[in-house]
Amino acid sequence: MSLIDSLKDRDRVFDFMAPQASPVDVRHGPILYMEDVTVSFDGFKAINNLNLTIDDGELRCIIGPNGAGKTTMMDIITGKTQPTQGSVWFGSRHNLLTMNEPEIASLGIGRKFQKPTVFEALSVFHNLELAMAADKRILPTLTARMTGEIRDRIEEVLETIGLTALRHQPAGILSHGQKQWLEIGMLLMQRPRLLLVDEPVAGMTEQEMERTAELLTGLAGQQSVVVVEHDMGFVRSIARQVTVLHQGSVLAEGTMDEVSSDPSVVEVYLGADDGEAA
Amino acid sequence: MQSVDSSQRFWLTRPFRERATQLFLGVLFAALLLVTVLHLAVPQGHPLHVTAYTVNLFGKYLSYALLAVSVDLVWGYLGILSLGHGAFFAIGGYAMGMYLMRQIGDRGTYGDPVLPDFMVFLNWDSLPWYWLGFDMAWFAFVMVLVAPGLLALVFGFLAFRSRVTGVYLSIITQALTFALMLAFFRNEMGFGGNNGLTDFRELLGFDLRTDATRLGLFLATGVALALGYILCRAIVTSKLGRVSVATRDAEARTRFLGYRVERFQLFVFVVSAMLAGLAGALYVPQVGIINPSEFSPIFSIEIVLWVALGGRATLYGAVIGALLVNYAKTVFTGIMPDAWLFALGALFVFVTVFLPKGVAGLLAHRKRKTQEQKNQARKPQEATT
Amino acid sequence: MRMLSRFLPGLLCLCLLFGLPQAVQAQDDPGQPLLEALDTSSYADKAEAIEVIIESGDERSRRWLEALLNGKLQRHKDNQRFVIVLENRGRHWPVADALSFEEAGEMSRRELDRIGINNALRGTLQNALSLLDLYVDDADQRRDAARDLLGNVDASMVEPLKAVIENEENAEVRRLLSQALAIYRLDQGDVEAIADLEGSLNQQVRSVLNSAARSDDPVLADAASAALAGIEQKLKLNQGLETLYFGLSLGSVLVLAAIGLAITFGVMGVINMAHGELIMLGAYTTWGMQQLLPGQPGLALVLSIPAGFLVAALAGIAIERGVIQFLKGRPLETLLATFGVSLILQQLVRTVISPQNRTVVSPEWLSGSVMINEGLSLTLNRLYVLGFALLVFAGLMLVMRKTRLGLEVRAVTQNRAMARSMGIRATRVDIMTFALGSGVAGLAGVALSQLTNVGPNLGQNYIIDSFMVVVFGGVGNLWGTLVAGLSLGVINQVLEPWVGAVLAKIIVLVFIILFIQKRPKGLFPQKGRAAEG
Repeated sequence: MSLIDSLKDRDRVFDFMAPQASPVDVRHGPILYMEDVTVSFDGFKAINNLNLTIDDGELRCIIGPNGAGKTTMMDIITGKTQPTQGSVWFGSRHNLLTMNEPEIASLGIGRKFQKPTVFEALSVFHNLELAMAADKRILPTLTARMTGEIRDRIEEVLETIGLTALRHQPAGILSHGQKQWLEIGMLLMQRPRLLLVDEPVAGMTEQEMERTAELLTGLAGQQSVVVVEHDMGFVRSIARQVTVLHQGSVLAEGTMDEVSSDPSVVEVYLGADDGEAA
Repeated sequence: MQSVDSSQRFWLTRPFRERATQLFLGVLFAALLLVTVLHLAVPQGHPLHVTAYTVNLFGKYLSYALLAVSVDLVWGYLGILSLGHGAFFAIGGYAMGMYLMRQIGDRGTYGDPVLPDFMVFLNWDSLPWYWLGFDMAWFAFVMVLVAPGLLALVFGFLAFRSRVTGVYLSIITQALTFALMLAFFRNEMGFGGNNGLTDFRELLGFDLRTDATRLGLFLATGVALALGYILCRAIVTSKLGRVSVATRDAEARTRFLGYRVERFQLFVFVVSAMLAGLAGALYVPQVGIINPSEFSPIFSIEIVLWVALGGRATLYGAVIGALLVNYAKTVFTGIMPDAWLFALGALFVFVTVFLPKGVAGLLAHRKRKTQEQKNQARKPQEATT
Repeated sequence: MRMLSRFLPGLLCLCLLFGLPQAVQAQDDPGQPLLEALDTSSYADKAEAIEVIIESGDERSRRWLEALLNGKLQRHKDNQRFVIVLENRGRHWPVADALSFEEAGEMSRRELDRIGINNALRGTLQNALSLLDLYVDDADQRRDAARDLLGNVDASMVEPLKAVIENEENAEVRRLLSQALAIYRLDQGDVEAIADLEGSLNQQVRSVLNSAARSDDPVLADAASAALAGIEQKLKLNQGLETLYFGLSLGSVLVLAAIGLAITFGVMGVINMAHGELIMLGAYTTWGMQQLLPGQPGLALVLSIPAGFLVAALAGIAIERGVIQFLKGRPLETLLATFGVSLILQQLVRTVISPQNRTVVSPEWLSGSVMINEGLSLTLNRLYVLGFALLVFAGLMLVMRKTRLGLEVRAVTQNRAMARSMGIRATRVDIMTFALGSGVAGLAGVALSQLTNVGPNLGQNYIIDSFMVVVFGGVGNLWGTLVAGLSLGVINQVLEPWVGAVLAKIIVLVFIILFIQKRPKGLFPQKGRAAEG
């Protein structure tokens, strides 16, 4: 870390002075702007002039064939990938391109991966504990004690995701669907302003899917949620706004009905060009 | 529910609540006491008498055990396989050795009141700057922790910042200790070159060659092991310990939760290096020499074997492994020295292929089985209540 | 028989005494008049005669003049025959015919007349002898003679030397001779001589220029200094080339040692700590081959190339099947297990063969060196190893790019699961890859046996360096390994004269450790999605 960066960090020495609430400025409506974003890997443009705006409290579904750039888009928002050009803003105050992953996470952007990744060696309870919004520097983490308040909050989320009975089991023994929920639960613990959810129902049973849909729709309003999903039935059941990505840019946007009647979308989904199998 | 309860306590005292730690400390102190009694109270020549030589040997094993605990902390809980922990051990040892050298004073072969013999031999006319202060015990003891900690801090800062992990990290830790070994072999470094530092006389005024001092060092090492163990336990049972485990299993995920993973890695790595340095400092007065061979990559990788044999991510497994392997080494090299490397090599293969969880894993497995049997026995009763 | 052999020379002698065919032949021999000319009482005439002999180019000139110088060229008083005295002790001296050099029995010293010389002639003769080789037909011989003259020219030789230079056809010899002459002229204070000395790397030339540079004559001193500066520059260039050569040589060894590792590490993600011991096995195979074929080190070495490959490859397969296959997806455990294997292999060699180093003989065509110029010669064995390394590299490239195995290996590297579903038997590919990587280690061992001692610790000395090369070059990239190996070798050699071998090595290690921080994926990282995994 350069000297300048460490100097910049100085204003965070007194964390108790910083306001607890997320400092995101959403007075102008949108919580996320992506403008003219392009990413190329060795000349291949994974994202090509992408423009996307998510409003505060919105639930947005993003669909698109494989290779449309959905995962790369999430990588950009969470700071894992740097775009070749373009700008990404969180609210109208934070330029996400200048921040690293933990900084972005602590701003209030949570992400659920395509493959459920929970900490398998830790118990369900501890998985949620780690995800909780808290002082995540070293010494506070070392000396952190469990208070009744924290435990209540964890229990509350355990209730929400239906894993109360399994709270002391290691997360490794959970079923696939349970891991997906645990991961959503971990996102809830973070109290994010913006939730990025990558294929939440892959490999779930019909009932599990319904429950997940309930969970996600319940979240919208307090939090903004972006869901990337392949399963059209599921998208139809939760989506109000749908964005279709194709070859790294937005192909269509609107309600599910509008989008599915768009001829270009139909072509992309039904056309023979879709080289990769899903 | 017990875990929730204990997590409300002060982090350093948390381990005392754990059964396993209580058991470990109990066994350790009982062993220390037993050896002391058998050494002091049982007359020489009696079959149960523990000789000063054996006490000394046990003391050496205990310092290895502390070293193994420090490796288990980073490998078991952080997933960083350090093949260079011997370097921290050796640096701690050298810091202690420098103090012991200065204690010799003018009783060396050349009788120089300040310069150690090897410097007189090399025609140096004054102490190099980095030897200053080592005539003071407190300074040397601080350096025992600070010097390895500082190396770990710089190395770890560079490595973790650029997210060097896995086998890459293992390889460069190995390169680090190899480079240090080459460096310490050079006479120009001012650490006695090939021969290292030796011919020590006294520590804090106690003559190192008396049996009483040896017993004292043995006990001090035992206490250090206990304290190191408790500290490591406190770390791994804290939330920080859970962040470490999270990092070990899913580094990227931990980062997305908002933890600055590299700082946690650095913290644990530095603590571990300091413990290794402490182990080295306790080792040196007991064996009476420190030379660059402690930096050799083979030694470092052997430490990892102790941990693997004992069972990683348990801490007590590391202690068991260190004691077992080193006892076996003493026995083997005594009766058939040629066979030792065969045995050691075979042990590496055997442990990794057939015993991935080590001896501790075996113990836990048996415990779980008996637990299950108990549960099954209890189940009908529970059903009725 | 012995009687006869004793008797025969006497018989011959008798024949000669009576002026039989031999004497007749002597009259026809072109050497006869040359020697006749020497038999004169005038020393001036003798000097002239000597010159005539030199210019004749007669092959026998050297022996004649040497004999004359030592007072051993004599003439029989009665039959006027020229002889060379072989030993002048006692009354009867054994002699040889001066024309045919055939032994001609013993002659009484009273019968012989010595062709006398004085001190002036002695000097002339000595110079003449040193010039003599300049008249032979073989250009190489003339060049060596010319080189010997550097710094050994004196006044009496100047004139003949000038003549020789005039007639010399070979440019190289002419240049050397003018330099020899120029050294003399410079000693005499001739500034213009310096022009002839410019650019020469010869020690003699440099020392005479050095002393000239300290001369009182400012013009001379300046010119000499300028010439010296030019020479220094050329020397530096030479030194640079030499360092580069040694660096490339060291680098080629590193490449050989590392490239097998690059394959197993890059393709399978497997850290094989026993790689060094596979190298050692290759080296011991060479040694064993030489034990089997005593007296034919060259043939043994050539046969060792396939044999070393095979032995190491089989050992590699054994390691893969016996250990590594059980540790799939656990790279750190693999590292530990293979380290155990390396300990066992080392101890095995110590117990079965010997803990001592074994010497592997270098065949003749591998020893010696190629001389590039006076300041630079390249040892042949290193040159061969460099070539061998490049060949092995090219071979591997070919296997990876053009064969079915290479295709499958690349497929498995990029996406194991996908490759499997395409019907590639990943297990078989693993075995083949491991065998290939191990076999190449064996080849490295064969090459190393020509450069270092073969002992149980041979492999250990290379394992860390090999890892450094692979990591530095970028895992899974053969070109990266080549570039990394060669450049690390050169860096090491460049640093060595400044800081010493050990410190150079330390610096290189530290450099790589820092480099990995900067570019964790090495010089040539794999890009795109595959690299993320």
